[in-house]
Amino acid sequence: MKLLTLNFLTCARKACKATNAAFPLHPKDAELEIVEVELSPLFVRNILPRVEWEALRTLCQDLGLPQLPATAPEPGELFTPNPSDGVEGEGIEEVGEEGEPTQTLKDLHHVLLETTIREGKLVCGSCGHEYAVKEGIANFLLPSHLV
Amino acid sequence: MADSDLRGEAYEAEHVHAVYEQIASHFSSTRYKPWPIVSQFLTTLPPGSIGLDIGCGNGKYLPLNPSIYILASDRSTNLAKIASSHQPQSAIVADSLALPHPLKTFDFAISIAVVHHLSTVSRRREAVAAILGVLRKGGRALIYVWALEQKGSRRGWEEGGEQDVMVPWVVKGPKQVKPRKRKAKTETDEAVSMPVEGGGDRTFQRYYHLYRKGELEEDVVVAGGAVVESGYEKDNWWAIATPRWET
Repeated sequence: MKLLTLNFLTCARKACKATNAAFPLHPKDAELEIVEVELSPLFVRNILPRVEWEALRTLCQDLGLPQLPATAPEPGELFTPNPSDGVEGEGIEEVGEEGEPTQTLKDLHHVLLETTIREGKLVCGSCGHEYAVKEGIANFLLPSHLV
Repeated sequence: MADSDLRGEAYEAEHVHAVYEQIASHFSSTRYKPWPIVSQFLTTLPPGSIGLDIGCGNGKYLPLNPSIYILASDRSTNLAKIASSHQPQSAIVADSLALPHPLKTFDFAISIAVVHHLSTVSRRREAVAAILGVLRKGGRALIYVWALEQKGSRRGWEEGGEQDVMVPWVVKGPKQVKPRKRKAKTETDEAVSMPVEGGGDRTFQRYYHLYRKGELEEDVVVAGGAVVESGYEKDNWWAIATPRWET
């Protein structure tokens, strides 16, 4: 499972879902795998505002990955300025066509979409329940006494 | 057919979940053509939208719009595995009544041919409430269920008929295999021939609640939602619902 996926997951138990402690889930005994995904610069740019940056930083730290900067990259850091445009200080929304994706964008793509947990567990910080990840698929079915 | 109070989680475990887990690969091979209403819903979402496909089956809706992000889930591990191949989307195993997602977060959700597998009215409404609960303000969910009114179909169900039914899924044995042309139109819920080791046909019975006209809209409202749009498409009722927020 991608690290991006974890950004949209919390504990399946009703009592935990509304608590801050349940998000993000914490990987345990995680075995990582890099799965190549075709780079879509616009996808990365569009998804970035929806990523809880603090949670992603914690996650990377938990997994022993290179540390992410303290704050999420600004949209302007994701593309090189388009030479044909030349207007400075304009957001990329105003630019007809984006420039080339920067290394920052490529790194984000790698962390969010290509870095995956193949085997391991995801632990709820609120109730301590462990969800298994097997062959890259996380299983959130609860035993009946926890539903 | 058991009474409504005998149905519930254990009943669905036997008559829905276990069946899909066993027929997963055959089922998936027959599920390739998206329904038009679902395609339209997904392809008109703004780029960068994030959402859920709850009860994704083999994930046939995941490749339709690569500029949105869909986190798909299914109760069947075998189906979730098949669905997980559609990049950049994701698939997990989860129960629609215990979704592992933050509340009030997503732009959209789809639940296609899923809620009708829940065997009591309170569980169906709970499922609709769970879908509405993950949507942000103004978020929209497309819910799609089998209709009771499908007089034109081979099954012949119609208004006034029994709504809680068992529907067979036949996996043909090798001796009975006859080459058959796949229909070009939207697939029907009919098994196509597929050889099975050991020979002989195997029939699996799946539970369905067939929705009568207006029932899906009722469930949406009782579950705390408002119906934005609804209609009928080829033997199915559908509704686009949004959560009602206190202002």
